[in-house]
Amino acid sequence: MKTSSSLPNANARPIPEYDLFGIDDAVLSTVLAEALGRGGDYADLYFQQGRSCSIGLEDGIISRASSSADRGVGIRVLVGDQTGFAYSEDLDLESMGDAARTAAAIASGGGGVPPQRFERRGRHDLYAIAEPWDTVGATRKLPFLASVERVTRSLDPAVEKVSVSWGDADTHILIATSEGVVLTDSRPMSRLALAITAVKGGEVQTNHNSLAGRHGIEWYSEERILGLCREAVDRTLILFEAKRPAAGEMPVVLAAGASGILLHEAIGHGMEADFNRKGVSIYSTMIDQEVAAKEVTIVDSALLPGERGALNVDDEGSETEETVRVDAGTMRSYLHDRISAKHYGVKSTGSGRRQSFRHAPMPRMRCTYMRAGPHAKEEIIASVDKGIVAETFTNGQVQIGAGDFTFYIKNGWLIEKGKITAPIKDVNIIGNGPEALRNITMVGDDLKLDTGGWTCGKNGQGVPVSQGMPTALVSRLTVGGENA
Amino acid sequence: MPDLVGEKMTDTLLAQAEAAVGLAKRAGADDAVSALSWHRGLEFQWRDGRLEDVKENATRGLALALYVDGRFSTHATSDLEPTRLRAFVEEAVALTRHLQPDPYRLITDPSLYEGRADVDLDLVDPAVIDLTRRERTAWCAELEEQARGDESVVSVTTRVQDAHSQSARASSNGFRGTETSTVASYGTTVTIREGETRRPEDHWFVAGTHLAGLPARTAVGAEALRRVLARRGASKVSSRRTTMLVHPEAASGLIGRMVGALAAGSVQQRRSFLAEKQGERIASPVLTIRDDPLRPRGLGSTLYDGEGIAAQPRTLIGDGVLESFFVDTYYGRKLGWEPTTGSPSNLVLAQGDKDLDGLVADTPDGILVTSWIGGNANLTSGDFSFGVRGHVVKDGALADPVSEMNVTGNYLDLLQRLVAAGNDPVPWYPCLAPTLVFDDVQFSGS
Repeated sequence: MKTSSSLPNANARPIPEYDLFGIDDAVLSTVLAEALGRGGDYADLYFQQGRSCSIGLEDGIISRASSSADRGVGIRVLVGDQTGFAYSEDLDLESMGDAARTAAAIASGGGGVPPQRFERRGRHDLYAIAEPWDTVGATRKLPFLASVERVTRSLDPAVEKVSVSWGDADTHILIATSEGVVLTDSRPMSRLALAITAVKGGEVQTNHNSLAGRHGIEWYSEERILGLCREAVDRTLILFEAKRPAAGEMPVVLAAGASGILLHEAIGHGMEADFNRKGVSIYSTMIDQEVAAKEVTIVDSALLPGERGALNVDDEGSETEETVRVDAGTMRSYLHDRISAKHYGVKSTGSGRRQSFRHAPMPRMRCTYMRAGPHAKEEIIASVDKGIVAETFTNGQVQIGAGDFTFYIKNGWLIEKGKITAPIKDVNIIGNGPEALRNITMVGDDLKLDTGGWTCGKNGQGVPVSQGMPTALVSRLTVGGENA
Repeated sequence: MPDLVGEKMTDTLLAQAEAAVGLAKRAGADDAVSALSWHRGLEFQWRDGRLEDVKENATRGLALALYVDGRFSTHATSDLEPTRLRAFVEEAVALTRHLQPDPYRLITDPSLYEGRADVDLDLVDPAVIDLTRRERTAWCAELEEQARGDESVVSVTTRVQDAHSQSARASSNGFRGTETSTVASYGTTVTIREGETRRPEDHWFVAGTHLAGLPARTAVGAEALRRVLARRGASKVSSRRTTMLVHPEAASGLIGRMVGALAAGSVQQRRSFLAEKQGERIASPVLTIRDDPLRPRGLGSTLYDGEGIAAQPRTLIGDGVLESFFVDTYYGRKLGWEPTTGSPSNLVLAQGDKDLDGLVADTPDGILVTSWIGGNANLTSGDFSFGVRGHVVKDGALADPVSEMNVTGNYLDLLQRLVAAGNDPVPWYPCLAPTLVFDDVQFSGS
């Protein structure tokens, strides 16, 4: 693993996070000795301390808040591709030792030798914020909520209800491995979201919008907040005119931005290496094969500053990177964690992630997007005789083995004879991953990352991700609509 | 925290909950409610003939609701170290003071605590607590045994999970309660090879508070294999309007997804398609949904709800008529409605007299939905659109498997189209729904 050392001085107390968790080299060594006590190949400790704060506005008053604090260590022991895992919420030696012995039980041999000293490895620096959230008082957050409500109401008299929610969190982690490496990271996260109910002549419509990322308070500018509110109002009011399209197969134009959800579901999960190592993914046999048109390049990057999916180091201490998954139409790389990288004899792509110290890591996406192509958006729309534009989404899902994936369109448009003619709403799209990839026939020049707060769920663990997309045309997908 | 069981443990938790209320009051809260929870769970995952993952969960946490000068907030922490806990509670009170007063936010009226049912919900199975590592491993192997009975099988993953949870709740106005329960679940996932690239997958998972009553593990593996083999050759069929039969496991999700519209909060925020429909016939007379918190051994059973309100069975929809909502104290006050309970426990649907096979036999033409994939429902309008997997039904028998299709409609319309319910609910879902049959539903395919 290529790294740069940022703290060459390994004397006395080189690592401030040791104080945060009340640990030192000797403690790490003792706990790792227990973890390797039955002959595991490898063990790691994942210390985490975090706090979060959320505040809500409803019916015109800032009427609720919540806070949380969490602290503990996850202990993992690997034997080949077998995993033993336990955690402790108490960081005293006895509690950590108990958890380490529980995790160690996956192995059944003699004891291994833990490192005595730990070297701190360097990492990227993608989301340092001027003021950590735990130093920002509530009084500085409240104006955001009030301002979102005021601005939103001022935009249209049909706005009946506005609820606004604010959330921020800081998470400090320290990873210590049986290879004698220590890594630390501090990960901020923040989010401003609103939901609108609009009423016109007895008819009611609702919609929502959000801004999210590993950002500090300075990111929430007046202009950004105005954009958030405007978009939310526009997306809600258009629903009064929106209809369901006809049911059946048709061309689907993916609008720039949040449409990256198609990549996430159609190909993203299927190319996580654990599914392929087990032979259960539809992509298990497709590496180095041509799977899409030359215009199609799909990457998964941990390195985009401030994105929800940005990661200075992954959750098992591996260096993070931008991974090219499909390069000019050819499938190149799965997303690897430590276990799958070893299985395939490659370097980890830095994709080992976990929800918290209570969970073991597995390969996960970070920020998934398609690189820009040659076409203008207008050109793509003009090429469609009868189809739809998919613009905003609420959720998606995939079946890894069959390859069937879905995403749900909240807002979109009907295309007739190359022109956008009417708004549409509330339809599910379903397709098959490899077929949808092959059917991407045009890629736009307008790549946009989505600023909304996406969370990806897999095997019961949620992790923050981001996605992006240039305008693109999929020549055929099944649209859930209604026929007269 | 020591691994105590039984009353001793809940006594300890209750004492801690009471102490947390005291801490909050000393920090300046006028009223406080605290809940202490303890949970220990194990998960064994087995793949292709050997143990793959063993995970242990042992966790405890404190949840706190604070009422300070007419203001309200909620907090949670897993860090119970006394100095840090005191600081956490003091900061929580300080944060609450920054909010605006909310006249609708009051601690639950103690009269609602009264009338707690004096019944044994029978939620603890000592056999679950006593499970050994050796038993869990052997069960994983049993779950795989009959799942490999076809040469197209690529991979079989089995899982055994069990947990023991205890909690205590105390409030500054006199609420005291403790709860303890066990849960065990196991199942098998089978992946087969189909053609060059396809790897169809299906599974069967079962769960219960008690081990007795769960199906034999070898039978679970056999059923998972049967399900995935039935998926071979799945493809979309043409868009059509036809009868939709919904398998009991899928029916639970279909009903579960609309329940949010019965929340008083959704009504008050004008996000419910069921607002102002109380007393109206919103569904066919075949539909009756009850919320039954007192069901013995129910996965959602409880003697009191999240606000301490004494739990009682309640009809939500009776013979198609909307009878009651989920009303918590806060939105109840905003709407001027009497509180019922804030959230569902065990949802139980009325049954008919045939099982899935019998209802298929009655269907000349239709699609049986065995599971949903993605999709969503807009609970403001009732519009929904879900991806489906299942089978074509032709002349009273299951025909080709279907995939890559959507079903789209509106709940208000769909619920009126319910023509039959089965007698076959699956007990391991929080919503006990039998097979449901709807007339003339829109499917989209090729």
